[in-house]
Amino acid sequence: MKEHSSHSHSASLPFWRKYIFSLDHKVIGVQYAVTGLLFLLFGFTLIMLIRWQLAYPGQPLPVIGHLFSEKMMVGGIMLPEFYNQLGAMHGTIMVFLGVVPLAVGGFGNYLVPLQIGAPDMAFPKLNMMSYWVYFMGGLIMLASFFLPEGAAQSGWTSYPPLANLASSGQTFWLLGMVFLITSSLLGSVNFIVTIAQLRADGLSFFRLPFFVWAQFITSFLLLLAFPPLEAAGVLQLMDRLAGTSFFMPSGLVVAGEQLAVSGGGNPVLWQHLFWFLAHPEVYVLILPAMGIVAEILACNTRKPIYGYRSMVYSVVAIGFLSFVVWAHHMFLTGMGTKMSGFFQITTMMISVPSVIILTALALSLWGGSIRFNTPMLFAIAFLPMFGIGGLTGLPLGLAASDVHLHDTYYVIGHFHYVVAPGTIFALFAGVYHWFPKVTGRKMSEVLGKIHFFFSLIFINGVFMPMFLMGLAGVSRRLYDPTQYAHAGSTQPLNVFVSICAWLLALAQIPFVLNFFGSLIFGKKVDRNPWEATTLEWAAPSPPPHGNFDEVPAVYRGPYEYSVPGQARDFWPQHMAKEN
Amino acid sequence: MSTAVIRYIDKPHPVTGVTNAKLGTWCFLASEVMLFGALFSAYVLLRTGVSEWPHGSQFLNVPLATLNTLILITSSVTMVMSWASLMLKQFGKYRLYLAITILLALAFLVVKGFEYGHKFEHHHFPSTNTFYAIYFTLTGLHGLHVIGGVVVNAYFLFFGKRMWETHPEQFAGRIECAGLYWHFVDLVWIFLFPVLYLL
Amino acid sequence: MNPASKFYGWGLPVDISTHGPEIDRLIHVLHVFMFLLFAGWFVFLVLALVRFRKRPGHAAVYKEQHFKTPTYVEVGVALFEIVLLFAFSIPLFYRIRNIPFPQQDALQVRVVAEQFAWNFHYPGSDGIFGQTKPSLMSPSNPVGLDRNSPNAADDITTINQLHVPVNRPVSVELASKDVIHSFAIPVLRVKQDVIPGTPSRVWFQAKQTGNFEIACAQLCGLGHYRMRGFIMIKTEDEYNNWLAKMTPVKPAPPAPAVTQGAT
Repeated sequence: MKEHSSHSHSASLPFWRKYIFSLDHKVIGVQYAVTGLLFLLFGFTLIMLIRWQLAYPGQPLPVIGHLFSEKMMVGGIMLPEFYNQLGAMHGTIMVFLGVVPLAVGGFGNYLVPLQIGAPDMAFPKLNMMSYWVYFMGGLIMLASFFLPEGAAQSGWTSYPPLANLASSGQTFWLLGMVFLITSSLLGSVNFIVTIAQLRADGLSFFRLPFFVWAQFITSFLLLLAFPPLEAAGVLQLMDRLAGTSFFMPSGLVVAGEQLAVSGGGNPVLWQHLFWFLAHPEVYVLILPAMGIVAEILACNTRKPIYGYRSMVYSVVAIGFLSFVVWAHHMFLTGMGTKMSGFFQITTMMISVPSVIILTALALSLWGGSIRFNTPMLFAIAFLPMFGIGGLTGLPLGLAASDVHLHDTYYVIGHFHYVVAPGTIFALFAGVYHWFPKVTGRKMSEVLGKIHFFFSLIFINGVFMPMFLMGLAGVSRRLYDPTQYAHAGSTQPLNVFVSICAWLLALAQIPFVLNFFGSLIFGKKVDRNPWEATTLEWAAPSPPPHGNFDEVPAVYRGPYEYSVPGQARDFWPQHMAKEN
Repeated sequence: MSTAVIRYIDKPHPVTGVTNAKLGTWCFLASEVMLFGALFSAYVLLRTGVSEWPHGSQFLNVPLATLNTLILITSSVTMVMSWASLMLKQFGKYRLYLAITILLALAFLVVKGFEYGHKFEHHHFPSTNTFYAIYFTLTGLHGLHVIGGVVVNAYFLFFGKRMWETHPEQFAGRIECAGLYWHFVDLVWIFLFPVLYLL
Repeated sequence: MNPASKFYGWGLPVDISTHGPEIDRLIHVLHVFMFLLFAGWFVFLVLALVRFRKRPGHAAVYKEQHFKTPTYVEVGVALFEIVLLFAFSIPLFYRIRNIPFPQQDALQVRVVAEQFAWNFHYPGSDGIFGQTKPSLMSPSNPVGLDRNSPNAADDITTINQLHVPVNRPVSVELASKDVIHSFAIPVLRVKQDVIPGTPSRVWFQAKQTGNFEIACAQLCGLGHYRMRGFIMIKTEDEYNNWLAKMTPVKPAPPAPAVTQGAT
C-alpha cells in the first residue's frame, strides 16, 4: 500500500513532515484545533473593540487606541469604516475560521477515526490539503485588514449591491471564502468516506457514538450546502471583477451618479444562494456540539444516554429539513405570503427534532450518578443555553413577530445563545474532556471551574440584555446607537453588555493558563482517565501513528455504563467479554 | 505497525460495494451537482425576472457548439475505452485512448477559445448584459473543469506506469474515478448546450 | 421629539398602529410560552442534577426508563406551534402584507431610499404620481421626478420627513436607488426591506399623533447608523394645511423647497 508505506516510515520522518505537513489525522486535528482557537480569540478581540464604540460612542479608546492606523481610528476614535470591517470580519472569522474548523476540523479529525477504530482518515493527503487550504483562506482574510481600504465591510452576509460596490476588501473576502469552501468540501468528502468505509468490525451504524453521527450529518450539510455559496461567490466575483450585473438591477444611482453597469440582475438572488448555505451552516455549528455534549453526558452520568435511536433519527431529520428553511431569513424581502407560510411551517418543523435531542440529553441525567468535573459542567450548561437560543428562535421564525424583531439585537442575542454559550461551551467541554487523550495529561480542575463559572455568568450578561434591546427595535450594525432615540434609550444596557464582554475576556485567562500549563504540569493519566466506553479510550494517550495497539473490534453499543452484573460501571465497546 | 492499514483502497467495501476513492468521487460529484445546480437556478431566476431575454441561437455560434458537443461525447467514449483497456490489462491501448481523450479535450478548449475570441471581437463581454454574463460564467466555469480533467488525465498518462506496475487494481480504480469525473464534465456541457445556445 | 423616553425604553416601544397590537400580542404570547417552557424544563434540570449527583451509596441505573411526560410535552409543544402558525402568524402576516381596504381610500406615498436618506414622494392633490426617472436624480431632485410629465406638477417631495394624517390608512411604495435598505418604524411595528429594482409595499394606520423615528434596519454602508428619518403623524387638518403649504404654486421647476433634517 502506498499509504501504508508512508505510515511505517513516519517514525523517521523529518520534523516538518511529522508536525507541519503531516498526514496523520491527529496532527492535522490538533493543527485545526489550535488554528481555530487562535481565530476564535482573534474574532473575540475584534468584537471587544466594537464593544468600546458601542458603549462609549465617539470616545477615544484608551491606552491602545493610538496604536491603530488613522484609517481605522483617528485619535483613538473608531471610524465607521473600521467599525463595519470589524463587524463583518467578526462574523466571518467566528463562523468560518473559528467554530467550524475547531468543531469539524479539530474535534472531527482527531476523534472520528479513533471513535470508529480506524488507523486514519480515508484520504490522509486530502486531509492535509484541506487544512492547508483552510490556512490559506485564513491568511487571505487576515491580509485583507492591511489593504489600503481595509477588510470587507458589508457584513458577514455580504449582501449586494452594497458588497458589489464595496472596496477591495470584499474581493479578498470572496477569494478567502472560495478557499474555505474548498477546504470544507475536501474535508466533508473525507469524513463521509471514512465513516462509511472504515468503521471497525462490528461497529454498525447504530453502535456509532452520537458524536460520529453528528459529524456524519454535518459532513453532508457541508458537502451539499456549500457549493451554492461557492456559486454565489463566483457570481459576485464576476460582478466585481468582470463588470457583470448578476446582483445589480437596472437604474441604480449611487451617490448621485448613474451606475455604469448593464443591470438586469437581482440582489435577492444572492440572499437565496447565501442562506441556502448559511442556514445549514447553523446546524454545522450546532450538531458537532450536540455530539460532544452527548459523549460527555453519557460518560459523566455513568449511564446510557436516553433515547439514542430517536436522537439519531432526529439528527438525520435535521439534516434533511435544514435544506428547506433558508428563506426564513428573508421574510421581509417582500416574498409572497404563500412562500413565507411554507418557510414558517418548515421552520416550526425543524424545531421538533431539535427539541427531541435537547430533551433526550436532559433526560439522560435522570437516574445517573453525576460527576461534576469541568467538561461535565460545560456540557450541562450547554443545555439551558442552547435552550434559550432555540426558544428565542420562535419569534423570529414566525413571520408576523419577525416584522418587529427582524435585523434587531434580538437576532444577535438569539444566534449567539446558540453558538456562543451553546456551541463554544460544548467545544470547551470537549477540550477539557479529550485533553488527556491528546496529551496524556489532565487539565487543572480548579482553573477549569473558575473558567466555567465566570464564563457562564458573563456570557449571559453579554447576551441576555440584547433581547431587551431587540424588543426595543434597535437595529443591528449601528456604528453609533445613540443617534436614534429608540436605540439611545437602551444605552445603559450597551454599557453593561460591553463590561460583561471585557470581563468575559478576562475569564478566559484561566483557560489559557490551564491549557499551556497542563501541557507541562498536568497530572499524567493512563489511557482511560474518565472510565469511558468508546473506542478512542482504548488507544494509548497520546495515540501513536496508526492509533491502536491492535485492530479493535466492537461488540456493543457506545454507552454501556452501569450495566447490571458487570464488575465495573463501564463496559468498553471493544471488550469481547465481561470486564 | 500493521494496524495502520487503511482498508478498501483497492478492494470494494463488502457492504457499500465501492472503494474509498469511488465513494469519495461520488460525494465530490454530488457537491459539483449542487454547484452547477445553483448556477442553473440563478440562470432560471434571472431569466424569469426580466421580460425579454435574448435568444441564444441568434447570438451564439450553434454549429461550433454542436461540434464541441460531439467532441466531448466522443472523448467520453474514449475515456471508457481507456478504462476498459486497463481492465483487459492492455496498458498500451489504455495510453492511446487516454491520449485521444486529452487531445479531444484540448480540441474542445480550442474551439471554445475561437468562440470567445469571436465574441470579444464584436465587443461582447460578460459586462454587456446578463445573458452574456451567464454565458461566459457558465461556460468559463465548465472550461475550468475541462482543464482540470486534462491535468488529471495527463498526470495519469505520463506518470501512471509505475503505479500500474505496483498496484494495478488501485490504478484501474483511479482511472475509473477520473472517468466518472470526465463523464460529469461531459454531462454538464450537455445541459449547458441547449440551455444557453438553443433555448 | 422630547421626551423620547415616553415612547422608548427597554423592551417594546409604544405601539400606535392599528395592526401593531396583534404583533405585540403574538410576541407576548410567545414570550410567556417560552418562559413557562424554559422554567419548567430548568426546574427539572436542577432537580435532576441535585437528586442524581454522585455520592456514596448512590449508583446510576442502567435500565432505560421510559418517560411518558416528555412525549406529551413535546406533542403539546408541536400542537402549540401549529396553533401559533395557523391561528396567529400566517393570517396575521397575510393581513400585514395585504392592504385591507380599497387603495383609493389610503394615502399613497412613495419612498425612495438612498445612502443615507429617506426621500418621500407624494402624488399631490390629484392623487396620481408623476413620472420618475433615474437619469433625473440629483441632489435637488432626489426622487428623479420629471416635472414635465403629466400629473407631476402638484407632486411633493421631502427628505427624511414623512408627514401622514392620523387614523387614515397609508400605503407606502418602497424603492431604493442604490443598495438594500430596510424601512423600519418601531412604534408602528412596520419593517420592510427596500430592494433596488424590486419595489415593495407596506401599509399602516396610525392611531395617535406625534413625531417618531424611522430607522434603517439593514446595513447599507458607512452612514447606516445615521440614516434616520422622522414620521410626523398629524391631525387631518394639520396634514391638509401642510399639504397646501407644500404644493407648488406653479406647475413648473424649480423643485419644491426641501425640508432638511430633524425637528
